[in-house]
This record gives sequence, structure tokens and C-alpha cells, in this order.
Amino acid sequence: MKAVYFAWVRERVGKSEEEIAPPAEVKSVADLLAWLKGRGEEYEHAFEAAKIIRVAIDQTHVKHDVLIEGAREIAFFPPMTGG
Amino acid sequence: MSTTIRIQREDFDPQAEADALTRGRNDVGALTTFTGFCRHEAGALSALELEHYPGMAEKELQRIADEARARWPVQGITVLHRYGKIVPGERIVFVAVSGAHRGQAFAACEYIMDFLKTSAPFWKREHKVDGSSGDWVEAKDADDKALERWK
Repeated sequence: MKAVYFAWVRERVGKSEEEIAPPAEVKSVADLLAWLKGRGEEYEHAFEAAKIIRVAIDQTHVKHDVLIEGAREIAFFPPMTGG
Repeated sequence: MSTTIRIQREDFDPQAEADALTRGRNDVGALTTFTGFCRHEAGALSALELEHYPGMAEKELQRIADEARARWPVQGITVLHRYGKIVPGERIVFVAVSGAHRGQAFAACEYIMDFLKTSAPFWKREHKVDGSSGDWVEAKDADDKALERWK
């Protein structure tokens, strides 16, 4: 699946998007956040406060307990500050 | 009547956008508009840089407009949001709602802005007059609390 990052999550990870292939035991958004956090220093920094990270699957907001199965694009970003 | 959603780098003309909702019609009783600007924050801010999630931002604004329509029988809805670098005094966002009566037009306009603030994927980064940059604007609790009145 494609992971996309925005705002300070993007800056901390150091890229705006990438292909990721989490293992089968990564089932929910919360699992994925924990898995991403373990991928290295920059991910550790980006996902240190995983609870505040907002997530969208295929461009729709989702909560952290949602399952990621079938997701094509999963986005990670801080709380929004538009308007 | 239709919903118009646009996300663009360039400025827009609020009067032209408002006129487009009433031109050639005789059933509009009320038109409310909201324009949001970039402020200078006591002289410290030189610009805001707005990042967005292309595709999802349009989709989310459309969803918010559809929800407003489900609550109030309004006529036209226009939502515009800019991205890129915006300096103090420039416009950032515009919402216009037309309806038969003022109550629904006022309410729908506020509803759309309240949800836009908290669920449309846009992020602001500050550039300071002293040349420093990099601070992302933090989300405000007050914006989350503003949603409670719509429950």
C-alpha cells in the first residue's frame, strides 16, 4: 500500500510518500502506527505521539481502531489547521 | 442548486463568487458569506504557507457541504480554499450560502466553516518577519469545541 505523509509528519519522516508492506500481524491503524514507529529514528520522531496523528484511508478519515485490510492509500498527518 | 468547491493557489473575488449565487434568480431570500484572512499576529508574521492533501481536501469539503445540505434546505453553496504562500491581508478561505431565509443561510455557513477548520486536510506553517520559519500552527481546542453546538 502507499503511505503518504503531510505537514510535520512528512518533514519528520523525510519523504512525502512511499510504498510500505507491513507484515500480516499489522491489522489496525493503531498496529500500523506502532509498526511505522519502529522503522528507524525519523519514524520514531514522527510517530512518538501516535495518539494525536490523524489517519485517512483512501482519502477518508478513520479512527485508530479501523482495520487496514484492502487499503490502497493511507495518509498520516497532524490535526488540521486550515480555514 | 449546485455546490461549488475549489482549491486553488490564486486569490478569488468574493463579490463575483457571491453574485454567481444570485444572478438571474428570484427565489433567493438570503445570502451569507464568510471570508477568512491571513493576519499579521502583532507584526511577527510575514506569511503563512498552506499545505493540503490534494484529492482528499476537495472530497472532504464536498462531504461537509453535503452534510450542511442535509440539515438545512439551502440553495447554493460555494467553498473556496487557497494553498501556497499567503501574506497578511490576503484572503485564505471563502464560504457563501444562499437560501430562501436567513436562518438557514447563516447556520449552514457557520457549520461549514466549523467543520472545515477541524476536518478538511489543510495545514498552516508560519514564516516570521525575522526570517525564521518552520513552526506549524497548532490545532486549537476551541475549534474542536465549536463542533459541539452542532450535535
